[in-house]
Amino acid sequence: MNENVAPHFQQPLLKTPFHERARALSQVDSFIPWAGYTTVDVFTTVEQEYFAIRNATTLYDLTPMVKYRVVGADALPYLNRLVTRDITKLKPNRVAYCVWCNDAGHIIDDGTIFRLGESDYRLCTAERQLDWLLDSAIGFDVDISEVTEEIAALAVQGPTSCAVLKAAGLTGVPGLKPFDIGYFELGGHGVTVSRTGFTGDLGYEVWMDPAAAEAIWDALMAAGRSRGIRAIGSQALNIARIEAGFLSPNVDFVSAEHTIRTGRDRSPLELGLSWLVDFKKGHFTGRRALMAEQARGVQRQLVGLDVAGNKPAHNALLYTDESGKREIGSVTSAIWSPTCKRNIALAIVNAPHFRIGSTVWAEIYLNRELVWERRMSRAKVVERPFFAPERRRATPPGEF
Amino acid sequence: MASTSAQARFDCLVIGAGHNGLVCAATLARAGRSVLVLEAAKHVGGAALTREFAPGFRVSAGAHLLHMMPAQLLRDLQLGAHGLEWAAQGMATTALLPGGGSLRVGAEAGTESGAADTQAYAIYSARMRRFAAALAPIFARTPPRLGTTDWADRLAMLKIGWAIRKLGRHDMRELLRIGGMNVFDLLEENFESAALQGALGFDAVLGANFGPRSPGTVLTLLYRLAAESAAGPSGLSQPKGGMGAVCDALAKAAVAAGATIRTGTSVAHIQVEGDRACGVTLESGETIGAKRVISSADPKTTFLRLLGPRHLDTGFVRRVNHIRSRGLCAKLHLALNLAPRFSGLSESSMKGRLLIAPSLQYLEHAYNDSKYGEFSAAPAMEITVPTVNDPALAPAGQHVMSAIIQYVPYALKAGWDSGRQRLLDTTLGLLESYAPGLRASVIGAELLTPVDIEREFHTSGGHWHHGDLAFDQFLMVRPVPGAAQYRTPLDGLFLCGAGCHPGGGVMGLAGRNAAHEILKLSTSSP
Repeated sequence: MNENVAPHFQQPLLKTPFHERARALSQVDSFIPWAGYTTVDVFTTVEQEYFAIRNATTLYDLTPMVKYRVVGADALPYLNRLVTRDITKLKPNRVAYCVWCNDAGHIIDDGTIFRLGESDYRLCTAERQLDWLLDSAIGFDVDISEVTEEIAALAVQGPTSCAVLKAAGLTGVPGLKPFDIGYFELGGHGVTVSRTGFTGDLGYEVWMDPAAAEAIWDALMAAGRSRGIRAIGSQALNIARIEAGFLSPNVDFVSAEHTIRTGRDRSPLELGLSWLVDFKKGHFTGRRALMAEQARGVQRQLVGLDVAGNKPAHNALLYTDESGKREIGSVTSAIWSPTCKRNIALAIVNAPHFRIGSTVWAEIYLNRELVWERRMSRAKVVERPFFAPERRRATPPGEF
Repeated sequence: MASTSAQARFDCLVIGAGHNGLVCAATLARAGRSVLVLEAAKHVGGAALTREFAPGFRVSAGAHLLHMMPAQLLRDLQLGAHGLEWAAQGMATTALLPGGGSLRVGAEAGTESGAADTQAYAIYSARMRRFAAALAPIFARTPPRLGTTDWADRLAMLKIGWAIRKLGRHDMRELLRIGGMNVFDLLEENFESAALQGALGFDAVLGANFGPRSPGTVLTLLYRLAAESAAGPSGLSQPKGGMGAVCDALAKAAVAAGATIRTGTSVAHIQVEGDRACGVTLESGETIGAKRVISSADPKTTFLRLLGPRHLDTGFVRRVNHIRSRGLCAKLHLALNLAPRFSGLSESSMKGRLLIAPSLQYLEHAYNDSKYGEFSAAPAMEITVPTVNDPALAPAGQHVMSAIIQYVPYALKAGWDSGRQRLLDTTLGLLESYAPGLRASVIGAELLTPVDIEREFHTSGGHWHHGDLAFDQFLMVRPVPGAAQYRTPLDGLFLCGAGCHPGGGVMGLAGRNAAHEILKLSTSSP
């Protein structure tokens, strides 16, 4: 053993295969832990990185995303009983966004299922949950293994992302429709490309052997130089995902496996994800509880808010009127949207105030040179996503 | 579902014709429901069964004593009129002692061990009887659900609390003090005699995955005593013709009430339509529709094999999978050409049950081996010689011995291929030391390991209670939350076996309680 290398327990966070490249580009030394890895929060400035997502191309290291391989004769019935969506409709080389619930119909996690072959699936999740996945496998002929460390991944997102990938030699990429999966070669390395992402913009995710990671990073950076490619950290991505109306686990909801207090877990119906719940497909975990919840009526819902003023409603409590007497919910994510030029938020709101068009009042606290001020801002319940450019769906994407 | 009820040929389809299945079927049929009972074996009875094990010798192949079936249940179902007779009732318990002595448990407790124990036994047994009587009413009731706002659940909880409060301050304090203790400490606290301690402690661990020093064994003892208290005054009983006679009478009662029983009919799986149980498919491929399917099979078999996890939620399957149901008892049947003679044992004691559990230490040591996948060189045993009370079970002048061997692991480390003969030799050697000459009189022997019990009686893990009777598997958590009120997460599917409250032993209350729950529902509701 090399005596100069600190033992793992002294440096418990793992490094992704892109770590050396990221370290070289980091100007502000801002790293955060994510699922056991050290990852970049900000490379240069959040604004610079955010605008690259909306105007050029960005590279984001998503290797820490937890990945499971699900194979075997019962892989399909297994996944269909695990998640709320009908996976029998998922064709090979397609991706589906899903949530899965506990018996009470409360969300354990969200993620994506990649159908890579006839009975070969990859499940990408926010949290590690092999225990739940294995217990769900009782009675199914299925083999589940975690492959997080075996697969490196880069999100290539932004209006010029398709052009960048094409310039890198992936000539088939323009043919990929949203949620398609394609297989290509880049500098002699096989890569898998899915037209998926967390920005709500045109974009792709590139999956590869960790041994090829640095070579592929370099090739993409070289191919994207003339199209403004830039590495980004999690903060810029967070702005983009709120604009896109996407949920972030442990921010907009807490996994039912982690909540301690009653009433803190959330059902897909409450998170506005009813479109992911297929009651007609047969049994799945949580179905009976969700049927009962639907029959009772949903008591609260996650909605988009358009907040007056320009001060983000971070963690704001919501009220029926300006007096702030009757509390009806709270904000889970809030930003000033640079692209929409609107003050937007995601919030959990009680019935009946979650209807589109309803008015609620947000209690915002402002720190003005260490003096706190309280402001009640009118907010309107609006449709999500806040930002949905045509280019995210267009196939083939335009040449930017 | 309209289509389901159109095809349903029966109101109720009961899986398994063991005592609980039959009690449930008879109760439902008497209330006017059309009932079909399906039994995989060629005969009714389940683990309460009399069968031949050597030419001309018959024995109760599973349970061999009746002491928990309520007298009220026997009367309600008119089992007497349906042919149930007694070979013996109020049977005594006698502990066999190494070196030739014996100790009759009961009023004569102190004769061998001194006046102090005689007095202590009187106080101890009276107190335990009071506790048992206080707890007895919970057996015939559906357990309340926890954490609901339902008034019936709250009332049921209150009744349990009130029964304990009603004991009075002194007794209540004592019950709460000993409730969480182990039986080793309790009996050491009360008695001097190791033999008396061993004999009394044996009942706390019989059929359980516990040694006398395991936590919660006072509770398991109280549970047994409460079940006996709920059963009535008859005590340990031996039905004429063996335990099979109980189920034969139950089957007659069920048929007389209008139920149909099909034996040799194995259910392959429970059919589901529109998220509702609607019948069964047999191994033969035949399907039978019913409005309600009621399983007396153990919960693991019912949910994991007959229904299948894909009709259930993961959390529920996880709980079912974790039910502790590994049997720890073997059964020994001997055909003897002579009456066995135990050293120092009176003729009259031969009519009762005999224990080999000479001390708590002995039991604990026997248990220790089982924890590591072995059986003890000195196992504990419960022995009956049923032919003393019922000579018809064997050819004239010959005898049958039926014994439970306690602490025989399901998963024997060395495997049962080689283990079977070793266990038989060990056990016969032990019996020979208590009854010299016995071994020479053996003309036929059958040993049922937990694996054999699993195979013959279709019980997961070979556990004859369908899951340990223990604090974490009692009442509203038996078999698991979400199925503890005889209903299951799947509409139309019910449980009525020993895996439910109040559990195993030939009691029949799980079957009767389940029937009462089902009768509360209208024929059209789930």
